[in-house]
Amino acid sequence: MNNIRKPVAEGVYLTCLPAQKFKTGVLSAQFIAPLSAETAGAVALIPSVLRRGTAKSPDMGLLSARLDNLYGARIDDTVRKLGECQCAGFVASFLDDRFVPGGERLLEPVADLMGELFCQPVTENGAFLPAYFESEKANLLDAIGSIRNDKRLWAGRRLLSEMCAGEPYGVSRLGEEADVEALQVTELYGRYRDMLQSMPLEIIYCGSASEEEVEHALRGAFAGLPRADVRPIPGTTRHPSRADVLHVSDAMDVTQGKLELGFSVGSDDYVALLMGNSMFGGSSNSKLFMNVREKLSLCYYASSSYYRRKGIITVSSGIEFDHYQAAFDEITRQLEMVQNGDWEDWEIDSARSILINSYASLGDAQGKLENYNLSCTVTDFHDTPEEVMGQIRAVTPERIIEAMRTVKLDTVYFLKGKEA
Amino acid sequence: MNVTQYDRIGERVYRKKLDNGLELRIVPRPGYVRKYAFFATRYGGMDTRFQLNGQWLDTPAGIAHYLEHKMFDTEDGNALQELAKNGAEPNAFTSNAMTGYYFDSTSHFEENLRILLSFVSVPYFTKESVDKEQGIIAQEIRMIEDNPDWQIYHRMVQGMYANNTARTAIAGSVESIRDITAETLYRCHEAFYTPSNMILTVVGDVEPGRVEEIAVEILPKRGGAAVPRDYGQEPEGVATHELKRSMEVATPQFLAGFKCRPPEAGAAWFRNALVGELASDMLLGESSPLYLKLYDDGLINATFGGDYELLPGYACFYAGGDSRDARAVTDAIIQEAARIGGGQFDTSLYDRLRRTMYGEYVRSFNSFETMAVSMTEGYFHGYDPFLFPEVFESITPEDIRAFLRDNVTPERCVLSEIVPIDADAEESA
Repeated sequence: MNNIRKPVAEGVYLTCLPAQKFKTGVLSAQFIAPLSAETAGAVALIPSVLRRGTAKSPDMGLLSARLDNLYGARIDDTVRKLGECQCAGFVASFLDDRFVPGGERLLEPVADLMGELFCQPVTENGAFLPAYFESEKANLLDAIGSIRNDKRLWAGRRLLSEMCAGEPYGVSRLGEEADVEALQVTELYGRYRDMLQSMPLEIIYCGSASEEEVEHALRGAFAGLPRADVRPIPGTTRHPSRADVLHVSDAMDVTQGKLELGFSVGSDDYVALLMGNSMFGGSSNSKLFMNVREKLSLCYYASSSYYRRKGIITVSSGIEFDHYQAAFDEITRQLEMVQNGDWEDWEIDSARSILINSYASLGDAQGKLENYNLSCTVTDFHDTPEEVMGQIRAVTPERIIEAMRTVKLDTVYFLKGKEA
Repeated sequence: MNVTQYDRIGERVYRKKLDNGLELRIVPRPGYVRKYAFFATRYGGMDTRFQLNGQWLDTPAGIAHYLEHKMFDTEDGNALQELAKNGAEPNAFTSNAMTGYYFDSTSHFEENLRILLSFVSVPYFTKESVDKEQGIIAQEIRMIEDNPDWQIYHRMVQGMYANNTARTAIAGSVESIRDITAETLYRCHEAFYTPSNMILTVVGDVEPGRVEEIAVEILPKRGGAAVPRDYGQEPEGVATHELKRSMEVATPQFLAGFKCRPPEAGAAWFRNALVGELASDMLLGESSPLYLKLYDDGLINATFGGDYELLPGYACFYAGGDSRDARAVTDAIIQEAARIGGGQFDTSLYDRLRRTMYGEYVRSFNSFETMAVSMTEGYFHGYDPFLFPEVFESITPEDIRAFLRDNVTPERCVLSEIVPIDADAEESA
């Protein structure tokens, strides 16, 4: 990839990913905040309040009308957790100029509107409109509450909050209910002003416009950004391993149990861990899929994920309540097999091919490109997908075994039924 | 192969019907590394009653989905592993009216295509392998049943349709799948997995001639007879107007559905689908006065949205999301539909929404998956989705007014609600 990340203003960087093949242009602008229980709710709330109106288009109807006229361009407020950073801002997606009837240009008006959303919110008495603040606060509380509706998501969230309690990583990207509940409009406005002045801002564009055009569009759009001393991008600390395994469970009125396991990882050899995780539970040929699901029919899903940025592995599965022990035993047994190098040639070959395939196809999806680039910047990781693929090809079984032997059970979470 | 150029959306499509009846479509994507193949049969969760060799057969709910799970088994093992060795990520899904198998790969495309065509067309089931799948699918069903979005939607459809088989849960129930045997699976495969009931779509930088050669080489030489299906006789009205249940959810959720008159297959189907979508945007999309008012009143939030869905003998317009007063939102939707349908038509909003929908459609073809699924649905229902700009231009404000007037009425409405368990307890106390 011939992308370049370059400074365009104080603490503002642009990464331009030129591509002619898409039907859309994607423009993303994200402020990078340190993830912390104290501020997560406020950071999550700011983009949605800003999205309600600008001085020029002060309500959602007027904003929608502008977007409709830009052939249904979308500007979505987003909040992401990458490592121990919370990234908050907007992602715009719009028809590529080549397909706009009448040869209208969309990049500039979309960038302008995004700049307005950031820099010129509609205000009253030097703060956000109370009505917008209150309604978005209520919506954020609903969104936090509704994590509970998806039991798999909920169980994953519960695992991380218990496993990483006291670490920034244990904090939800949306913040906690009580902290959001306590937010006041003037306080939020203060945090917003601080964000504009002092938080690093990462802008990523992917589409057919040239870098000069993008820079020109942004210079106009973000001219009003009041920058002062910009803080550096916060780092992420590896999860420390725990002496005794932590066991947590909740009961709900559900028909399926959710078993989630969290493991600490002591190695930094991320390529070996990517491979080890892929063989363990990262794909539909992994040991978890082949054994916990296909061989023992214990579940519909059993999979593992490796979080490079935090140095942890988690396992997620949905089972009958009384299969808890059988599933737990089989999952830990399969991990031991990976740690002992007990695998067939096809397993390691598949893991390699699947990982290479996923990195090779990154460049075919704008959303993935945006997320990959943002995540690289935020976690100070500079390998291109090509370099990662090269390393995946080169990694040896010995390295995989060595890295996977540092994987240690840390926390067990079980969501069970009320009557169980 | 026939080649059609669609200049307005920047697409080109190669088409051919093979001698065995298979429909072949290739959408070239120069500059992309990914290659995507989607192989689908016109057979889904609603096709439970059909005629095979002159006899009507009733099969258990969930059988199409069960068959999808078992198709990956081959005499030599499992096709998932074969594909994974080449880095391909295969998967499949069953919807009401189709089952689709696909893979995505950046290398060994031809070999992967051979594997896909071969495992889908050659069944291999044993009693043991069929029985073993019970546990896995039972857990999938439990997972689905714990999902409030699915419950609310499924209950709405059940309230709306008394007989049409779209009311059958696609995966069936833990009870219904117990009756599935290897023998029934073979009969369903024989009936529906014949090339003349299927379509193969490939998206990517491939050579169309090679795709055709491989399809001819791997697939059966002859297609099968058309299979008559019985979707049930459906009355005009809805079965139930209101359904409510409690679940482990944080906030009350609802869907208000309206039973519509289904269109004929062919160009009318596509046009009707677009009219329904545009009517939904006009009535309750993010730019509509109704949306803005309900949002300002705190009756809806960003989860609110609507859609229009078509299946054989089935048409449903619905909207919903989180709300603390589902009844008030539903009444507001009906009133607003009557107002717009009755002639209070904002033409400037209409013009804006047309632009939006145009942009969204063209953008959606960025996705290989959307492209292949639209192509397949278009083939099964007899229209060409790439003629979108032309069909779209033929829609008039009167189409939208008539749609809302005829369909979004109290008589046709089903309100399905899911409320938190505690709130329900207070209510009944």
